[in-house]
Amino acid sequence: MSASARTALLLLVAFAAALPFIPGVPPYWITVAAYIGMAAIVALGIVVLTGVAAVVSFGQAMFVGFGAYTTAILTTRHGWPPLATLPVAIGIAGLLAWGIGAITLRLKGHYLPVATIAWNISFFYLTGSLDYFRRFDGIAGIPPLSIFGISFAEVTRFYLVTLLVVVALVVVTRNLLDSRVGRSIRSLKGGALAAESFGVDTGRAKILAFVYAGVLAAISGWLYAHFQRAINPSPFNVNVSIDYLLMAVAGGVGQIGGAILGAALVTIVRDKLQDVLPWLIGAQGNYEAIVFGTVLILIFQFAPEGLWPYLRRLFGPPARARPESAGAAGLLRPARERPAPGAEILRVTNLRKAFGGLVAVNDLSFTVQAGEIVGLIGPNGAGKSTSFNLVTGVLAATGGSIAFRGEEICGRPARRVAALGIARTFQHVKLVHGMSTIENVALGHHLRGRAGALQGALRLDRAEEAQIFADARRQLERVGLLDCADTLAGELALGQQRLVEIARALALDPVLLLLDEPAAGLRHAEKTALAGLLRRVRAEGVAILLVEHDMDFVMGLTDRLVVMNFGSELAQGSPADIQRNPAVLEAYLGSAA
Amino acid sequence: MDLSIVLILLQDGVTNAAIYALLALALVLVFTVTRVIFVPVGEFVSFGALSLAALEAGRMPGTVWLLVILGVAAAAATLFAGRRDLTVRSVALTLAETILLPLAIAALTAFLAPHKPPQLVQVALALLIVAPMGVYTYSAVFRPIAEASVLVLLIVSVALHLALVGLGLIFFGAEGSRTEALSRASVTLGDLFVSGQAVVVLGVTAALMVGLYLFFERTLIGKALRATAVNRLGARLVGISPGFSGRVAFALAGVIGALGGILISPLTTIYYDTGFIIGLKGFVAAIIGGLVSYPLAAAAAIMVGVLESFASFWASEFKEVIVFMIIVPILLARSYGTTVLEDEE
Repeated sequence: MSASARTALLLLVAFAAALPFIPGVPPYWITVAAYIGMAAIVALGIVVLTGVAAVVSFGQAMFVGFGAYTTAILTTRHGWPPLATLPVAIGIAGLLAWGIGAITLRLKGHYLPVATIAWNISFFYLTGSLDYFRRFDGIAGIPPLSIFGISFAEVTRFYLVTLLVVVALVVVTRNLLDSRVGRSIRSLKGGALAAESFGVDTGRAKILAFVYAGVLAAISGWLYAHFQRAINPSPFNVNVSIDYLLMAVAGGVGQIGGAILGAALVTIVRDKLQDVLPWLIGAQGNYEAIVFGTVLILIFQFAPEGLWPYLRRLFGPPARARPESAGAAGLLRPARERPAPGAEILRVTNLRKAFGGLVAVNDLSFTVQAGEIVGLIGPNGAGKSTSFNLVTGVLAATGGSIAFRGEEICGRPARRVAALGIARTFQHVKLVHGMSTIENVALGHHLRGRAGALQGALRLDRAEEAQIFADARRQLERVGLLDCADTLAGELALGQQRLVEIARALALDPVLLLLDEPAAGLRHAEKTALAGLLRRVRAEGVAILLVEHDMDFVMGLTDRLVVMNFGSELAQGSPADIQRNPAVLEAYLGSAA
Repeated sequence: MDLSIVLILLQDGVTNAAIYALLALALVLVFTVTRVIFVPVGEFVSFGALSLAALEAGRMPGTVWLLVILGVAAAAATLFAGRRDLTVRSVALTLAETILLPLAIAALTAFLAPHKPPQLVQVALALLIVAPMGVYTYSAVFRPIAEASVLVLLIVSVALHLALVGLGLIFFGAEGSRTEALSRASVTLGDLFVSGQAVVVLGVTAALMVGLYLFFERTLIGKALRATAVNRLGARLVGISPGFSGRVAFALAGVIGALGGILISPLTTIYYDTGFIIGLKGFVAAIIGGLVSYPLAAAAAIMVGVLESFASFWASEFKEVIVFMIIVPILLARSYGTTVLEDEE
């Protein structure tokens, strides 16, 4: 965050805190501001869930309801003090979010939102028809918020508590997103496959985002219950969920500031519309829905990024504060012990992959040893990238065996393969475009760090983060891109993006490195530099398997070559032998040659 | 509970199920062709039913004005999208389709409504008013963002639902309506009393399904739609305009939705927001079919209808909960059958 933005933010918080004490501010404004705060908490969760993890939920009002009903029941029937119910509300919402997420999040993107509609409607009817929830009458007589004997029944006091919670949760959310776990959540948008290949359990990352959003909503519901002092099912129905989503989207769904901006806009506009529209139309009803629905449609047609980016331009581009460089050493998992040069690293035997009737890889066998570079070459469509995907667990083989250091790994998922020390790059670059270059590299450190979500949210991970980023800088320096560390990955040239992928792969501290067309899109000098880097990596004892079309690059760099054609092995041998092999010449140049 | 009750519940369930099945088909059709999860299909049900109810009462249905509004929105969106290469012909065509047609329908309705025409004419008129809204919503809302992700399309779809429900409240008020039965005849088969309405519902549903089948199998447009559903890019490369396929899909969905409303309104009281819940049941069926399979969706709709019917007998307060929660075990089964390891758009 730039200095001017930080100042603006502090001024904003100071202004919000001073609002009730400014002479002439009507008390009603404070009530509206309290509602904005409670809505902003829910919208903040949606920013993490939808904006960052790309998961859409139409059921956040239900989680607000979980929090509200939990505290309502515990305080009115069991005499609990309000503060004691907060952990229970959080726990219940978190558990239910985990359960619902576990059922639905594994499905393709659109099943979850549809399922959340069904969940939310069911919740509405359940609370509305069960005596336990006092049906549609709801639960009244909820005590006001009081903490250690201090009552917060009065609006100004309650508003200040809400503001405090909002500020605390903004800080926690920022911290979480800027941590090891946060990067794994952020990788869900566009880079899930790559993240899996670096050991991230993307399913877990999704559930984590869902639980986080659910917990935030429950905190908002807890506040709401003690502010309203009476609750019924209506404010937790699916149309309210849609309002929350509108807030996040209107503000700018990827942005924390957008959540607060959107919550303020929607709450104020709704308040005004509820006065004006019934008067205009001449009847009572939920007419603001027409305006909100139309506005939401127009936002997606004309400003899909929401309003926050327009506001933020006033403050210039954000510059992120990085953890200071390495403090105490040894927090990262140590570099793997290197196998002796010449030890067999990878043995592929009769590997086979069929897509329906098409056999993409047909009985392929080869080995790679520590400290050598093996090139996998062949015409387009020969099955090279498919072989890569089989070795790295992205695709499941139809038959055959893949042994890594003597251990069978065929059939293991990508993230388990990565944990063994196998790192890769992709033919079609898979970086998280919205993350900076160095953060993309740090995703490669995922398996070497340990910090969990809670440590990240509470900033207890700084020493480890400092080491991760120190090493990430080292890897970027090796590929010659240290200058671009803070550039967004999506803004780099394609050749540079390939180099970032290599840096990310090196960050895993691999024993086996698989590079899919690393030199494509590089200029001559860059190719020479890349060849030099790969030779140094080889000298460190890493085994490298390389797919590449640039024959000068391949012939000058590799120790051995495996040539594929139509899924089958055509030849193996030293670069010199391969260049003289008549079968290879025919495959590449045609029979007339 | 004896056999006669079982038979009555079954008949009720199957009759409702037929309507859910129609809606499920519309949802699958729209989703496969345009990737839009068409949440507002429920509003078409409400609008179809309430327009017919207004016509029965000899009043001008408020949906006529909605049709005009949506037509104007569609005209604005279409002209804005094509602003770089407008010709007199294209502008005239657009205006004829989006401005003149609604006005003509409005004039026709204004002329016929006070005369309380025969029921069949009323039904045709209600269809004429509501069905074109399908195409207009596509042009105004979805066409400009046709390339967006499924999730964005879904959010926009829900937003449209929200706006349409609000408009429904303005045009029809909060009171519900129930229309005349489409047939007063009845047959008694042993223990079973078969109402004419049930026969009409099942007959129309069956006819529509056969019609759709023939449309997809025998006509070029139907085949073009299927091609778009299988591979949008491929269909485009052989000259099938995705915009055209989208319009046809939404037009069909509009007809099916409105028809669903007309069929169900003699069976139950329809309010401005009832359609959403009815549409969601079609949805549950469509989801069980994976949003891609027509036969599975239709079979699932029968299950939903019968389940709902029995649930309302045993635990009427919880019937909605029971119906919506059956998708949970189904989603569970699906989630263990698939591994998702691909980047979603």
